[in-house]
Amino acid sequence: MNSLAEPKKWEKIFWPLLATALLLALWHYAVAFTGTKIFPSPLDVKNGIAELIRKQVLWRDIIDSLRRVAIGFGAATVIGIPLGLILGWYPAANKVVNPVLQILRPISPIAWIPVAIILLGVGDHAAISLIFLGALFPIIVASVDGVSNVPSVFRLAGRNFGLGPARLLTQVVFPAALPKIIVGLRIALGIAWLVVVAAEMIAVDSGLGYLVIDSRNSGKRYDLVVAAMLIIGLIGLILDTGVRRLEKLKSIRWGFRDES
Amino acid sequence: MRTAKLQAGHVHMVFTRDGKSMPVLDDISLEVAEGEFVCLLGPSGCGKSTLLSTMAGFLSPTSGEIKIDGEVVHGPDPRRIFVFQERGVFPWLTVEGNIAFGLFHLTAPERRQRVDHYIKMVGLEGFEKAYPPALSGGMKQRLEVARALAVNPDMLFLDEPFGALDSITRLVMRGELLRIWQAERKTIIFVTHDIDEAVQLADRVVVMSARPATIQQIVNIDIPHPRDISSARYLELRDGIFQQIGLAHKI
Repeated sequence: MNSLAEPKKWEKIFWPLLATALLLALWHYAVAFTGTKIFPSPLDVKNGIAELIRKQVLWRDIIDSLRRVAIGFGAATVIGIPLGLILGWYPAANKVVNPVLQILRPISPIAWIPVAIILLGVGDHAAISLIFLGALFPIIVASVDGVSNVPSVFRLAGRNFGLGPARLLTQVVFPAALPKIIVGLRIALGIAWLVVVAAEMIAVDSGLGYLVIDSRNSGKRYDLVVAAMLIIGLIGLILDTGVRRLEKLKSIRWGFRDES
Repeated sequence: MRTAKLQAGHVHMVFTRDGKSMPVLDDISLEVAEGEFVCLLGPSGCGKSTLLSTMAGFLSPTSGEIKIDGEVVHGPDPRRIFVFQERGVFPWLTVEGNIAFGLFHLTAPERRQRVDHYIKMVGLEGFEKAYPPALSGGMKQRLEVARALAVNPDMLFLDEPFGALDSITRLVMRGELLRIWQAERKTIIFVTHDIDEAVQLADRVVVMSARPATIQQIVNIDIPHPRDISSARYLELRDGIFQQIGLAHKI
């Protein structure tokens, strides 16, 4: 396959399928070859998924995880974007807040678990607040960055047409920064999905993270552990694909270099 | 002389960079009449764009003042629109959206009517729903001019608007700008470093020196439109400016 040639349609599907099949075969034979009693084979995992679906716990866990992400990520979006726009718009305010942001930002949301549990108790609130924290910083940072990179011509043109500060922010600065903000949202959603699993292992007793830890704790069901892991991966992929779709919108994709 | 639309009186501009002060505009005084087409002509980096930004209210002069209709300019105003090179159009809005951008105070039917009118005027029919990345450089430039005209300003400031276009498109655009100017009778101040462009377009060409910019000479272009660019008078005026710029470079 030439790297410049456009791959044919069947090739686009065929090669990834082949890679997946090879990986599954490798997994299968590795389990068979080592004769492990603990680690499940692909077939065990498939049966595990079927069992989870049959017992109807899977849907409830998926919905619980998605609900927590939706609330935590949604709140981070609603608060993070306006905050980032304002900080980007007033560099003086950004200078005041930035050091605190930069210290808080590298702290893994996982490290907040004990604090969240003390403040909010074991339960949904703690888990959701962790997702919120994990998603908030990338959104703020991307929004600030987006605003400060808005070409000055756009601002000048906006002012020239008589827009006041509020209109300028919503009709020029926000749409001009949106491509960068979308990138931040994509990173934030990825983090939110990582954090929900970790949070559910400790702070709550439902969701996919809980399913992983519960399957291990109650009878060392590693077939269910791996089944839950695969489902987590699959949903993560679907979420990411969803945000990528946003990048393709015509009012946004001008900001991505490959679509000039 | 017709009534003065714009008066620049002893405008000085000094930029401070790294603690050093750099004079950019040196005692610029100029009057522009209502409905006049004036070109500011000078070498690159001489400060002619700075002068235009000052007239538009984006910058305040260090000393001196600029008056439009007898009032001192303190900031940008929708009655006078600045046209950047084609990068000034908003890429997140369609052609329609861009033209309607400054019309937020109008009712929807009025807005619709204005947008349609100016889409036709600049020849962008069929591209109403297109986004700027799908347009050519010339089309983007026409779009920006349409966006400016739609708010019905009485002045246009154009900062090397055709500088990024290929030479054929540039010629076409000059013709279109003249057509629009003759139809709408706006006062136009047009910055360029292209002597031919200045002599083809302007009523008067303001020849500026290298930085700090001073006004070297103001040349009346007394050839009626449409101008024959091989006529003796055209060549005479053009060569006169050439010499003037050459002298400016020697100093």
